[in-house]
Amino acid sequence: MNDRAGNPLDMVVLFPAAPSPDLARTLDLAGFRWKAVGSVDEANKTEPDGGWRGAVVSLDEDQEAGWAFLRAVRKRDNAVGSVLLLLSGAQLGDLELRDDLFDDFCLTPFHPRELEARLRHMFSRAGTGPTRENMVEHSGLVLNLETYQASFNGAPLDLTFMEYELLKFLAQNPGKVFTRETLLSRVWGYEYYGGARTVDVHIRRLRAKLGEEHANLIQTVRSVGYRFGQSRWGN
Amino acid sequence: MLNQQREYVLRTVEERGVRLVRMWFTDVLGNLKSFAISPAELEGALEDGMTFDGSSIDGFSRVQESDVLAIPDPNTFEILPWVDPKSAEARIFCDIHDLEGQPFDGDPRQVLRRNLRAAQREGFEFLVAPDIEYFYFAPPVAGQRPVPLDEGSFFDLTTTDVASSLRKETIRTLETMGIPVEYSFHEDAPSQQEIDLRHTDALTMADSIMTFRMIVKEIAAMHKVHATFMPKPLEGVQGSGMHLHLSLFGNEDNAFYDAADPYNLSPTAKSFMAGLLHHAAEITAVTNQTVNSFKRLVPGFEAPVHMTWARNNRSGLIRVPVPKKGSASATRIEYRSPDPACNPYLAFSVILAAGLRGVREGYELAPEADANLFEMDDASLAKLGVQQLPQSLNDALRTMEESALVHEALGEHIFDWFLRNKHREWRLYKTQVTPFELDTYLRSI
Repeated sequence: MNDRAGNPLDMVVLFPAAPSPDLARTLDLAGFRWKAVGSVDEANKTEPDGGWRGAVVSLDEDQEAGWAFLRAVRKRDNAVGSVLLLLSGAQLGDLELRDDLFDDFCLTPFHPRELEARLRHMFSRAGTGPTRENMVEHSGLVLNLETYQASFNGAPLDLTFMEYELLKFLAQNPGKVFTRETLLSRVWGYEYYGGARTVDVHIRRLRAKLGEEHANLIQTVRSVGYRFGQSRWGN
Repeated sequence: MLNQQREYVLRTVEERGVRLVRMWFTDVLGNLKSFAISPAELEGALEDGMTFDGSSIDGFSRVQESDVLAIPDPNTFEILPWVDPKSAEARIFCDIHDLEGQPFDGDPRQVLRRNLRAAQREGFEFLVAPDIEYFYFAPPVAGQRPVPLDEGSFFDLTTTDVASSLRKETIRTLETMGIPVEYSFHEDAPSQQEIDLRHTDALTMADSIMTFRMIVKEIAAMHKVHATFMPKPLEGVQGSGMHLHLSLFGNEDNAFYDAADPYNLSPTAKSFMAGLLHHAAEITAVTNQTVNSFKRLVPGFEAPVHMTWARNNRSGLIRVPVPKKGSASATRIEYRSPDPACNPYLAFSVILAAGLRGVREGYELAPEADANLFEMDDASLAKLGVQQLPQSLNDALRTMEESALVHEALGEHIFDWFLRNKHREWRLYKTQVTPFELDTYLRSI
């Protein structure tokens, strides 16, 4: 950790643990206080009282570990609101459908002035709190992202954690068809054992809980995967 | 992910105003056990578990090592839909550990976990879908025969069918708790029902069967009806079975499927079947654990009697259903001897162990049983090498006692306790003088 004085709330968390000398120098010169961590646990333990101001996560070394770290800090109660990713041009494709996990990104090798400008811009936009929508609403379904509660046509819908996460992902992208593999990697993360059948099992459980009349809210697209709501092109 | 799941459970308890959390686990005989904790205790329970005295649970601890630790599995947290939401209650399944934090040998859920891990190390996930049969009766009166609710026959549709409205309410409740139902219908026998569940991994399914039995009984009781999973409650009509549809999946593909085979069965499927057939007698005491179970396994009632397999004959021990349009993922085998009175965790454990032994050692599958086989007498069958399933609980226990496979699958603790307990049950039964004997001998001898 560097010792530069400043607002105690201004601490940025870095992942993974050993930041490149370029990154450390850029942050120091720009006046950001930072702490590099190697795990979610470490990030939780060393977090300042007011929470992390933001996070800079590099995907250069271990991409999956980076995403897992982000999933954890974005989905906890006091989610880290401003996240900047560092990644190579070859990794750009992996940003798709992960918009909820980061706020801005910068390609490596980065230009120090560009990185500094992006960080400042990101923090100024963030202002006082997380910019994310706290509610997802679609066809009578309401998901409150703050309280983890779901309801359907006004009645509470009791879901397990993974059912909730799957429904949230689908409802945030209505009309779009997802393969089982995409759902598995975006909702569970690849580390999950059980394969694409896990997705089928959870879809069936969600449909059962939505009830017979509304089970078609989640549609099976033959030999492709699943879609929430109507096709965006109509039927 | 575990932390997020715990947090999710705690938030749900808070948001839904849950007043009681029921900690569920299963004793060695397959009875659902439970103790309730308050929401305030839940966070600690999720982190460190709850200690309780295991000596009060059938098959758990010996007295000198009586305390065990129940650690709830946050993935199984569900609100109980039949409880008034104003004083909401939830259930959560627990894994039992010893006080050092090691999986407890007497916990059937831990036994199944251990067997599933062994399959996973060989690259397999074990999927199960049960067809569960049961009866609705008027509330039982001691010493009297059960009274069926209706005299409806198979697929009978009448508006006065009480049983069918009970069944519908049961299915709604199951689905609300995340247990999808595939089919349901009125079975052959009076007041007999069948509900078929959609396949899941074996651990989830064992939990679902425990939940299923409790919901069926609970909903029936609310309407002053008695639901029973007793394997053969009525003489002269079909008993209640729990046929299990089984498949193994490799990484993404059904390891039982082979497009090139005339039956679409892979070599893995065939050696799994051979393993099951070879060890069927040894595992029968676990899949059919009551004295009454063996009254169901008799000829003439669509229950299996011989250790054979066939594509469409329903008297064989293993049936190979023909999947719709030869679908790869639907290729499976149906193991037909288990009944719904078994402990699903232990039954799945021994079935998986028997099948995997066949796969690991490349057992040869015997030819499909000829339809005529089922009309032959036992002596001719024996000449052809076709063996019968054990004829009584006593036979099944004697065969199990000699089985290294079952010993390994269940672990020493449960293996020994189960045999001791069930031998006692047999001895008690043997001393009974039955109505059959009185009717047959009292006057004539």
